[in-house]
Amino acid sequence: MSTKIIHALYTDDDVLLQAVKQVRDKHYHIDEIFTPFPVHGLEKAMGIADTRLAINAFLYGIVGLCVATAMMNYIMIEDWPQNIGGKPSFSYLENLPAFVPIMFELTVFFAAHLMVITFYMRSRLWPFKKAENPDVRTTDDHFLMEIDTHGADVEEATKFLYDTGAVEIKLIDKEAH
Amino acid sequence: MYKVTSKLKIVAFSLIILGALLTAVGFWQVPTSQDAVKEMLANEAAHGGGHAVESNDRHEVAMASHDDAIHKSSVSEEHHGEANHGVSHEDEHAEHVYHQLKNRPWSAVYVAAFFFFMIGLGALAFHAIQKAAQAGWSPVLFRVMEGVSSYILPGGIIMFLLLLATGLGANHIFIWMNEGVDVVGHENYDAIVAGKTGFLNVPFWLFRAGAFIVGWNIYRWNIRKFGLKQDEAVDGDISWYKKGFKHSAMFLVFFIVTESIMSWDWIMSFDPHWFSTLFGWYVFASMFVSAITTIALVTIFLKSKGYLEFVNDSHIHDLAKFMFGISIFWTYLWFSQFMLIWYSNIPEEVTYFVTRIEDYNIVFFGMVAINFLFPLLILMNSDFKRINWFVVTAGLFIIIGHYLDIYVMVMPSTVGESWFIGFPEIGSFLFFAGLFIFYIFHTISKAPLLVKGDPYVGESKHFHY
Repeated sequence: MSTKIIHALYTDDDVLLQAVKQVRDKHYHIDEIFTPFPVHGLEKAMGIADTRLAINAFLYGIVGLCVATAMMNYIMIEDWPQNIGGKPSFSYLENLPAFVPIMFELTVFFAAHLMVITFYMRSRLWPFKKAENPDVRTTDDHFLMEIDTHGADVEEATKFLYDTGAVEIKLIDKEAH
Repeated sequence: MYKVTSKLKIVAFSLIILGALLTAVGFWQVPTSQDAVKEMLANEAAHGGGHAVESNDRHEVAMASHDDAIHKSSVSEEHHGEANHGVSHEDEHAEHVYHQLKNRPWSAVYVAAFFFFMIGLGALAFHAIQKAAQAGWSPVLFRVMEGVSSYILPGGIIMFLLLLATGLGANHIFIWMNEGVDVVGHENYDAIVAGKTGFLNVPFWLFRAGAFIVGWNIYRWNIRKFGLKQDEAVDGDISWYKKGFKHSAMFLVFFIVTESIMSWDWIMSFDPHWFSTLFGWYVFASMFVSAITTIALVTIFLKSKGYLEFVNDSHIHDLAKFMFGISIFWTYLWFSQFMLIWYSNIPEEVTYFVTRIEDYNIVFFGMVAINFLFPLLILMNSDFKRINWFVVTAGLFIIIGHYLDIYVMVMPSTVGESWFIGFPEIGSFLFFAGLFIFYIFHTISKAPLLVKGDPYVGESKHFHY
């Protein structure tokens, strides 16, 4: 069985935001929106759950802090203690101030890199990935809203979308998956 | 329009009266003579495990470290040693403790007076930044900022009177003011301080303080006037707003220079041998985060009373972000100052931290934990920043933590190991807190709570994150 997908194109982010609200009030299902730049407040308007990336960032930061602590403890205290500036490194705690910058840096390093990698994986992006983008103009100056009609009256939906400010509407047959 | 309620007045005045009484007790507690101190020390030693174990320990530490060069008042101390070879060790110690105890209530008043003054000054700087940056989110908070910053008038006068009294010799909290400190051969002679007297002398020091306080107050008076005039202006006329922008931009240049010099004059010169090149920034970070916290607390208070209906949780969120961010900025500066000095371990620099770690261990590291860990953990989550009681909890920690921050900047140099948080400290804190609360709410009640003439007020009302 196939369903009809509507691609509605907009040219202005404010109009788009307004349209998203109207479309959701009508209980049409928005599959996806493609925009040339991040639109402030779009995810809230679409009703998408908050990102959990921040929680990941915190956990990654803790991992970084632990790695830095273990690493500095092994390198500077256990494996090869040295006397730097009259401060023999026999104890991690007593030499802590010297290690704080490294602990800080690795916390940031782990949080930042792992967060980027998580983000790419979660967004299903990787090298040589083929673009899912249905219309190249969404990389330039157009905003595309993908609506699943779920058997609703396509004619009526199209008319409604033009009223919300869409500049162009395409009807696409898509195999159900 | 906000009206100061009688309840708020009662709270403020009882704080003032209670604080004044406790401070008076603090002054009254000071031993009357050196002999009284000797007797007190002897009693403490005899009682052993008596009433004040902690203070005994402290005195033992003091005894042990008495000959160390790291001793804070080592300047006068060493020379006392040379001059009076005959005087016994106990006499010398008693004299030393006597001076510290005499300094204690004065220092307590000084710390509290400066702390609340700096909140006002920080709020003024924050207000100026909002104006100069033409910020769109904050105009709904301008009247709160104007209210908090208005305290620099009474606070500035009190600070100046306090400095004047100190300069005239009412107390000896600044050792560089000791008589004969720059006279070769005098028992108080100190070559390093003598080399700085071109800058660090009482008349010039007082002149600077006066000029800075007057300069800050002129800007504050102007920006308040411009704001009120802009409210009355006809639609489309934003000439007062533009004027405010220019004055704010100029003030910020004036402020960052004078604030820096003020921090050397009023705080860093307690340790005239020691210097830190980022001290101005460090004090600024402290005043900025305390001021933003106070703005947030006052805003939340007024909202809870049904005022400021146009302030939404996005504004609170932004203030909380500032509290979070500047707390981390403060920690960054604190650590930058600490680590370099700790690592290089140069005697004339490291004494500053040696006294603090040896004599003030719990306050010194405790306040770092309060000022860094609490805001970090409480305010890290984005959602918590818009929940009022989270912001208030973090805010109270920040206020107490930064009071302690100023406390450990000043006290180790003036009272050394004879410190305690007792009557004068708590009393003067309450006194100035009462005065501060009364004065800022009095100012807030003088004008409508919304700056209706500001061109960005519409944007600010609709601000959402």
